[in-house]
Amino acid sequence: MSNPGNSTGTKSDLSWQEYIITRAIRAAGYSAVVFVALIFYFLLREGLPTLGEVSFSDLFALRWYPIENYFGILPLISGTVIVTLGAALIAVPFGIGTAIFISEIAPRWAREILKPLVELLGGLPSVVLGFLGILVLAPNLRILLNLPTGLTALAGSILLGAIALPTVVSVAEDALDTVPRSYREGAWALGATRWQTIWRVTLPAARSGVLTAVMLGIGRAIGETMTVMMVTGNAPVLAVTPGALFSPVRTMTATIAAEMGEVANGSVHYHTLFFIGMLLFIFSLVINVTASAVVFRSKKRAEKVLS
Amino acid sequence: MKRNLFLLAFFLIFLITGCGSNQEGQSGPASASAYIENKGSDTIVNLALAWAEQYQIEHPEIRISVTGGGSGTGIASLINGTVGLANASRQITADETKQAEAQGIHPVEHIIARDAIAVIVNPGNPVSQLTLQQVSDIYSGKISNWQQIGGEDRPIVRLSRETNSGTHVYFLATVLRLGDSKSKTLFSTDTLLLPSSEGIINELRQNPNAIGYDGLGYVPKDLKVIALAGKQGAPYVLPSIATVNNNTYAVSRDLYMYTAGDASDAMKAYLDWIVSPEGQKIVASQGFVPVAR
Repeated sequence: MSNPGNSTGTKSDLSWQEYIITRAIRAAGYSAVVFVALIFYFLLREGLPTLGEVSFSDLFALRWYPIENYFGILPLISGTVIVTLGAALIAVPFGIGTAIFISEIAPRWAREILKPLVELLGGLPSVVLGFLGILVLAPNLRILLNLPTGLTALAGSILLGAIALPTVVSVAEDALDTVPRSYREGAWALGATRWQTIWRVTLPAARSGVLTAVMLGIGRAIGETMTVMMVTGNAPVLAVTPGALFSPVRTMTATIAAEMGEVANGSVHYHTLFFIGMLLFIFSLVINVTASAVVFRSKKRAEKVLS
Repeated sequence: MKRNLFLLAFFLIFLITGCGSNQEGQSGPASASAYIENKGSDTIVNLALAWAEQYQIEHPEIRISVTGGGSGTGIASLINGTVGLANASRQITADETKQAEAQGIHPVEHIIARDAIAVIVNPGNPVSQLTLQQVSDIYSGKISNWQQIGGEDRPIVRLSRETNSGTHVYFLATVLRLGDSKSKTLFSTDTLLLPSSEGIINELRQNPNAIGYDGLGYVPKDLKVIALAGKQGAPYVLPSIATVNNNTYAVSRDLYMYTAGDASDAMKAYLDWIVSPEGQKIVASQGFVPVAR
């Protein structure tokens, strides 16, 4: 390469380094898009043949029993929806409450204990939570609520809530932290109580971040597999009433995990499992797009108010 | 710049598809060296492990790896060429044979042991005997309270293995459909499909509402085994090695290993050893029933 003693040489060395580094960073950035596109292409290629092999009315039927060619996926979709909704009902209030406590109310020493503890909960492997679910949660739920069995959507929701909670807490807490101190001081100066400040000023100001926290939490819950497979009982029953929370359900993720090992490449069952994977992908895409759309809109409104 | 990215994308696609097509030809070298890959039925996995351990002590030059996953998984792996020896607790289906032939593989069947499926309940359940018809009605959803079959007033919680389990398929054919191949009876949709034997045993241990089934070798002593009668009026029989061998217990079956084509020398020696008296002694010690020769 160029002469090291020469000042123009050093300069061109630098620009070479710069060129390589920018290219590398750019490639890293684009690679995420490329990988998602490749995954989606693969899902489409393996999943779409289902629509040709299983008639529409058979696909959106009420019985899932693939070894006898019943490919009704409605019970699986309803199972995923009810377990995820239940998890959101648990993780969102608890998560945002914890975030508010950590960022607004707790004294410094409590905050320094709480934050790592929440992160520790996030690091628990889901299979461990599943074990706890089978051995402790499900038997106690059965006795406590007098259910036929404790392996229910509720058990799945509670554990998924626990899994989604750390995500919600840490993202929401970050969002609350970025609200400028002057906002709170302004509210206090106007005579607002601490609760009024939190509810009317801090939380609305951090709204987009809190919403992102909720969406990320739901995204975490919807894709979780091991725990739900262990505790929800995996019975493919259509779950549409709130009472279904107290009966066994089968989720889309558990179905894919339990059955993918058994199918022969290219069979109808194989394609249908990929079709389910495609639906899951679309679900989380819709959640993410909705989240960013809402965040974008609320930002524009905030800008309008400020101007 | 953009063109480079597309090139990269294409390169990745080729890389991925290339990896996929490579896997098909791998079964050959694995079976040629004295390495046996053995995979399939969860019912057989402990038995297969016991065999492999004993055989490797006697023949240190042979290495055998044993994994479970279900009969369907094992046969699918045999078809994909990733294992040389598949364990199955059911016979290969016509569909699977067709898929294997399409891949140029001819599965050969070997009967290696016998097994009985026990119907089990919580030890606190007063019900101790049922006819096959009653068990069928329970699992198809016609009977849903223990009171209807002489038990307490409790809802029945039906437990089953996942559909990739050979035990599941065998139970469906032999008990739910009572061996009638034209029957279209299915499991009630609210049957809990648990991914492992442990899941079923755990739930049975603590839930007095539950009924489940599993291979005789897997039933722990602290659960209650139901005596079954093949027909109304026939004697109720508990599963045991004796009742399976004299064919009085209604729900018993053969267990299989499948090879891709005729077994290689190393594998043939292993299969011969399995059905020898020495191999069959291990069968009995694992709670299964030796093949009568």
